Amino acid sequence: MKANSLNRYRSLATVLTMVFSLAAYGDEGLSTQQLLLNTLNSLKQGSMPEREQAITQLSEIKHARSLGILQALLDGRLFTLKSDARLVTGTDNNQGYAINDAISGAPLGAIERADVNKINLTNKLRVSLRKIIGRLELNADDPVIRLAAVKAMGSEDDEDALGLLKARAAVEKDETVRKAINVVFLVQEMNSSDKAVRIKAIDALKEQNSLDVVNRLNAMVEKDESGNYLETDADIRNLAKAALIKINTRVQFYSAIETVFFGLSLGAVLVLAAIGLAITFGVMGVINMAHGELMMLGAYTTYVMQQLMPNYLGISVLLSIPAAFVISALAGMAIERGIIRFLYGRPLETLLATFGVSLILQQSVRSIFSPLNRSVATPEWMSGSWQINDFLSLTWNRFYILVFCLLVFMLLLQILKRTRLGLEVRAVAQNRNMAKAMGIPTAKVDAMTFGLGSGVAGMAGVALSQITNVGPNLGQAYIVDSFMVVVFGGVGNLLGTLVAGFSLGMANKFLEPFAGAVLAKILVLVFIILFIQKRPRGLFPQKGRAAD
Amino acid sequence: MKFIALGHDKTGASVLIALTAVTFIIPFCNLVFPAASPLHFSAYTVSVLGKYLTFALLGLSLDLVWGYCGILALGHGAFFALGGYAMGMYLMRQIGTRGVYGDPLLPDFMVFLNWKELPWYWQGFDQLWFALLMVVLVPGVLAFIFGWLAFRSRVTGVYLSIITQALTYALLLAFFRNEMGFGGNNGLTDFKEILGFNIQSEAVRSGLIMTSGMTLIAAFLLCRWLVNTKLGRVVTAIRDQESRVRFLGYRVEMFKLWIFVFAAMLAGIAGALYVPQAGIINPSEFSPLNSLEIVVWVAMGGRGTLYGAIIGAVLVNFGKTVLTGLLPEIWLFSLGAVFIIVTLLLPDGIVGLLRRRSLEQRA
Repeated sequence: MKANSLNRYRSLATVLTMVFSLAAYGDEGLSTQQLLLNTLNSLKQGSMPEREQAITQLSEIKHARSLGILQALLDGRLFTLKSDARLVTGTDNNQGYAINDAISGAPLGAIERADVNKINLTNKLRVSLRKIIGRLELNADDPVIRLAAVKAMGSEDDEDALGLLKARAAVEKDETVRKAINVVFLVQEMNSSDKAVRIKAIDALKEQNSLDVVNRLNAMVEKDESGNYLETDADIRNLAKAALIKINTRVQFYSAIETVFFGLSLGAVLVLAAIGLAITFGVMGVINMAHGELMMLGAYTTYVMQQLMPNYLGISVLLSIPAAFVISALAGMAIERGIIRFLYGRPLETLLATFGVSLILQQSVRSIFSPLNRSVATPEWMSGSWQINDFLSLTWNRFYILVFCLLVFMLLLQILKRTRLGLEVRAVAQNRNMAKAMGIPTAKVDAMTFGLGSGVAGMAGVALSQITNVGPNLGQAYIVDSFMVVVFGGVGNLLGTLVAGFSLGMANKFLEPFAGAVLAKILVLVFIILFIQKRPRGLFPQKGRAAD
Repeated sequence: MKFIALGHDKTGASVLIALTAVTFIIPFCNLVFPAASPLHFSAYTVSVLGKYLTFALLGLSLDLVWGYCGILALGHGAFFALGGYAMGMYLMRQIGTRGVYGDPLLPDFMVFLNWKELPWYWQGFDQLWFALLMVVLVPGVLAFIFGWLAFRSRVTGVYLSIITQALTYALLLAFFRNEMGFGGNNGLTDFKEILGFNIQSEAVRSGLIMTSGMTLIAAFLLCRWLVNTKLGRVVTAIRDQESRVRFLGYRVEMFKLWIFVFAAMLAGIAGALYVPQAGIINPSEFSPLNSLEIVVWVAMGGRGTLYGAIIGAVLVNFGKTVLTGLLPEIWLFSLGAVFIIVTLLLPDGIVGLLRRRSLEQRA
């Protein structure tokens, strides 16, 4: 197996050297632009050998677009138009392709799938193309691209690649990239014939957080089928073992950090979902079963905003936050004025009536938008992840949701603590009749409070639209969870909701590795059911007369 | 026989008469008249009516806890589903070698999952008596444990409603798991025989609707008797003034517990009668929405009257059958509207409306 792959690399290297020597015959007199056009022409027509030659030439031309064109070719996104044989790069937009001119990069609008011919590749070509792209990337201007290229090349034992890396190390200015190249060489030195060099290399590598290093070290301590160690030198083997232990401790530490992060982000989602409920249920004592559907409205608002301004994804998501607040708040106030106010003091009836509202909202969304899930795009600054090292990467969207959750929480706390509305809300929650006697318009305060809680639900919906499917059942999936969070934290206590949300999120994520996702959820539910038996009023029970 | 005396309660009496009629006339018509006759009901009609009867029994059991004891249980569907699963397990074992894989012992889904032997909790379900015992025992024991914990620590009102919902939600998640050994997502289906008779045959269907009807009538009379005993009076008092009853020296939690367990057992029986007529049981029966639908049957019929639950269950389900057939989009709209209208305008349901009518006429 091992020998096989080595052989493959070797033959590949031969092919590549041949390709490169061919490329050397290119005409140096022409301008790069003209050269590009010529090469692209032969790429367009050609038989596979011609295409291969064109690819190599492209990689040699120092033109700003050549990397983009090669990458598109590798991804199968390079087409010729059937109408005028122009070369274009396309991106799939579900109906057809959004195309750009391959040479200038200028956008040319959208086009049907049937209007283009794809430029095909053989498997062999694809392999060598990948290499060529790696080379080009290694010399790219962006250090992030260079770093990725170094990592990709480092995992292959290819003489050519090592040579290129060595050349790059001499001119590399970026610290991280240079370190990464250094790691690649250290890994090579581990297989050196000089024992001292090997020891030094292993010693240096045990401080590195690299998956490649772990794999190589693991290979050193493995046994073959007959039970003999692959690595014959016992000293090296022991050193490798020690290094592995050291790295693994760090890996465990990172995975713990990652679990904490996942727990926090799940907690943030739970808190966002529950915090609006904490106001309507906790402060007003109203059971709003349509709470989940108010979140769903917020998520659909994001979808509609994106449909309205398809070219400004980032801004549309930001604008959705206030829009969703307003829409959900209006819907919530309508529910309060239309139904709930007739049912104050009858919590069980409120529960049933609002459940009816939730069914109607669900079905309306189903009728208006279709029962299928709608896809909400994630703006660029929220997608991808923060790769700290090979063992730890945090996804940006969850990170932003965590921040968003804390912001919303702080804002809400300040509103309740420092504004006139907040004062009135607290007064009505403590003693409705007394507040009324003091001249507080309780009916208006009720409507405003309910609007506030519902608006927060709408904002939570915007956050949810970024991490889960937007569909008619979005709300239902969260309603039981959010009630659990509020009840666990203690009704009428915003801080309790925060603590409860984060601890339930953590508990879920820490149980998941042992129990699996579904069982973890069940365990948490059972725990809460048992917990409520012991402390019926939650973690932080309300004190004083208002409690009964 | 005092408890059958319904002279003073016309609605109750007419419900009972209607039930008796459905229970005996429909199977009779079906077996006596040939398929072409207008008096013959199609197999579909018979099984739909039979399902309504089991739903009515389910509604009745919820009315006992909600209408008489004031416990709004939002997880009552879980007991129904558990009873249904117990029955489903018996019917699965009856399939024997006629399954797709032809394994004499293991149901198809277990063979599919590559299981080698029958899990211990599937033992004994080849006997109907054992399955029937489990139909009441499993929901009863679950209700006992849950109720014992909840009522003893005085979890009441909305909190109780929410944790009952969490209970059925947790069970929903659990039964979706293949590892649980209850067929996962697909549940239990493809039943062939019950007690050696073909489950699809007209005679068996007639027998099932008759059994359901008679069980419902018996349960109705039993509940009626129960709510008029001293126990029933205390339970009603707990609904109206829990603390006062406690101060009078009654052990409130015990009364609640027994009524809850009894209702759970009734729900289990309803589930067991439902499964052979529906031909399938799957985890969706545990979904919180299903339990809420039961609540709306009772609320619409009129809670705290027993026969109101029966009327509500039949009416709402009839509406569901008609609307989901004709205009599927309208069904959830109308169900939602029923929730709102009943709570806002008809706090005593249809029965309350009828009573008010007759009072006005008398006045």
